[in-house]
Amino acid sequence: MTDVSLGIPEMPAPDYPADVRARLESDAKEVIARYPGSRSALLPLLHLVQSEEGHVTRTGIRFCAEMLDLTTAEVTAVSTFYTMYRRKPSGDYQVGVCTNTLCAVMGGDAIFDELQQHLGVGNDETTADGKVTLEHIECNAACDFAPVVMVNWEFFDNQTPESAKALVDDLIAGREVRPTRGAPLCTYKETARILAGFPDQREGAVEASGGAGPASLAGLRLHRGEAPAHTVPQQSTGSAEPAQEGE
Amino acid sequence: MTVEPAEKLLAPVLSAFWDDPRSWTLETYRRHDGYRALTKAFAMAPDDVIAYVKDSGLRGRGGAGFPTGMKWQFIPQGDGKPHYLVVNADESEPGTCKDIPLLFANPHALIEGIVIACYAIRSNHAFIYLRGETVPVLRRLHEAVREAYAAGYLGADIQGSGFDLELTVHAGAGAYICGEETALLDSLEGRRGQPRLRPPFPAVEGLYACPTVVNNVESIASVPAILQRGKEWFKSMGSEKSPGFTLYSLSGHVARPGQYEAPLGITLRQLLDMGGGMRPGHRLKFWTPGGSSTPMFTDEHLDVPLDYEGVGAAGSMLGTKALQCFDETTCVVRAVTRWTEFYAHESCGKCTPCREGTYWLVQLMRDIEAGKGSPGDLDKLNDIADNINGKSFCALGDGAAAPIFSSLKYFRAEYEEHIERKGCPFDPARSTAWADKYRTEAHA
Repeated sequence: MTDVSLGIPEMPAPDYPADVRARLESDAKEVIARYPGSRSALLPLLHLVQSEEGHVTRTGIRFCAEMLDLTTAEVTAVSTFYTMYRRKPSGDYQVGVCTNTLCAVMGGDAIFDELQQHLGVGNDETTADGKVTLEHIECNAACDFAPVVMVNWEFFDNQTPESAKALVDDLIAGREVRPTRGAPLCTYKETARILAGFPDQREGAVEASGGAGPASLAGLRLHRGEAPAHTVPQQSTGSAEPAQEGE
Repeated sequence: MTVEPAEKLLAPVLSAFWDDPRSWTLETYRRHDGYRALTKAFAMAPDDVIAYVKDSGLRGRGGAGFPTGMKWQFIPQGDGKPHYLVVNADESEPGTCKDIPLLFANPHALIEGIVIACYAIRSNHAFIYLRGETVPVLRRLHEAVREAYAAGYLGADIQGSGFDLELTVHAGAGAYICGEETALLDSLEGRRGQPRLRPPFPAVEGLYACPTVVNNVESIASVPAILQRGKEWFKSMGSEKSPGFTLYSLSGHVARPGQYEAPLGITLRQLLDMGGGMRPGHRLKFWTPGGSSTPMFTDEHLDVPLDYEGVGAAGSMLGTKALQCFDETTCVVRAVTRWTEFYAHESCGKCTPCREGTYWLVQLMRDIEAGKGSPGDLDKLNDIADNINGKSFCALGDGAAAPIFSSLKYFRAEYEEHIERKGCPFDPARSTAWADKYRTEAHA
């Protein structure tokens, strides 16, 4: 018989261990209390269960259903609609290359191709060491910094194939990586907890990378008669220059 | 033609202190007159605040350009139901990149605008629906909301006014369609983000079937400046029907991509002239005035005033003022194929014309790009796009049709060339951000 996987989780799902369940329940109640209607907490709770296991498991679906008095079918229907909810185990670092039109044309396609070869994985696949999941993503609202790569949803602006390869090498080697806009990287699970509505408690995370990025200041600097800011500096390990500044 | 100096053409308001080292903090915001408009608003009757914003002529900055004050006025008062303000921070339209930098650098402008708007429409609970894929912005919103509560700008009895407001920051989970206001409301209610049939409009039955205003980030963030500096000041910029300032986002093959805050009605030629033009040695081929859903323009449209009427009269829409500029190295068929793939991926599946139509558009576009198209395909493309356009609940379908229609209008010959020579005549390597650098080195 052909194995046709529809990705529908087998039920009944096992529950979390008691201590995990108690901790997540406490978090979930805090999230639910923020909304006039409890079901509004479903998207944050799905982020919360991802922060526990790295993807939305059948146990996570059961947990959300029980917390919100929904059926597991209702929760599954929602979790499968949104692209940020992973349906299988994935890496600590989700590397997303923007291949929507503008970034693709500016080099996103080339970056994505080279990363696939460099890592030996295809779209939505994870390196054997479980470190990096590679995927192509849609427009991430940073077109003035194209081509853009996101790692765990932090911005890596003005990338080149060389800088992107150096970036994933650093991630795999466990070196500290800092985005051009955003905080020093934490793991995918830790990122999911912020998305669930629990502020990043790390010292310096909010102010990391400073104010607006260089491109964001282009008009303001012109208005003031100042010289344009250099485009975003590359990773220390990146060798290529960003797009040239024209005068 | 003489080039007007940038200081005359630009008008940084929301972006005025983005270069402050800690621009996102409450301290910086207050140093730049932050939360003073709120005091003015509290001294007015709520209905007067609505009337003031309406008189200012502020129009929605999320794409449709609907008058903001009028949206507020539609909220029935004295109905005994809770009212809600939901800020649409789901910025996902390809090319659009203004709200994310605004929130990263100056989140308190939005929060002050939210308090004023809620006071006006008599809402005690507001939500910011931020797309989830921008964690650095989420971090700063969490912090800004925390600061605002601690300083008494949110919570109970704000600044002794007797007005209470709770503000919840809500992270989405990756779905372009949630930028459509009724899909956003379904998503905020914990459902799949699918658009609702209207009427009833959100002003009557929105979040939890209660009266709800859904406004774009930039619209709400513009309100404090209008109250603080006056509606006459606001109307002194732009045109009668499109007054005020706005963020233009320049991207692509331009010398200096970035955010340019200017009075409505500036032209792409003016923006390019002050920003150093296209990248050296290249010329503009096509561009979008307001994201991929707005019909594309060419170098014939450099002098179109970028306001709601001007762009409309030239056959497109101002949209989100996302000026994606592509030079002559770019294959228009490739660009449109990629946008079409995006719409097919993001179609929520509710309406048949959009769900099925975008699927078939992708098949045709991929074939044409790969040199496997036939001459009849162009009419077929037009026909399918026509069967999507205006025939679905929301504007995503119209957005999918726009690049097809407009590219066929201006670049039909390029489509035909793909079909005739059975392949793409362009080299994608020449379009990359680093193409000219490497070429220069090779010739050095």
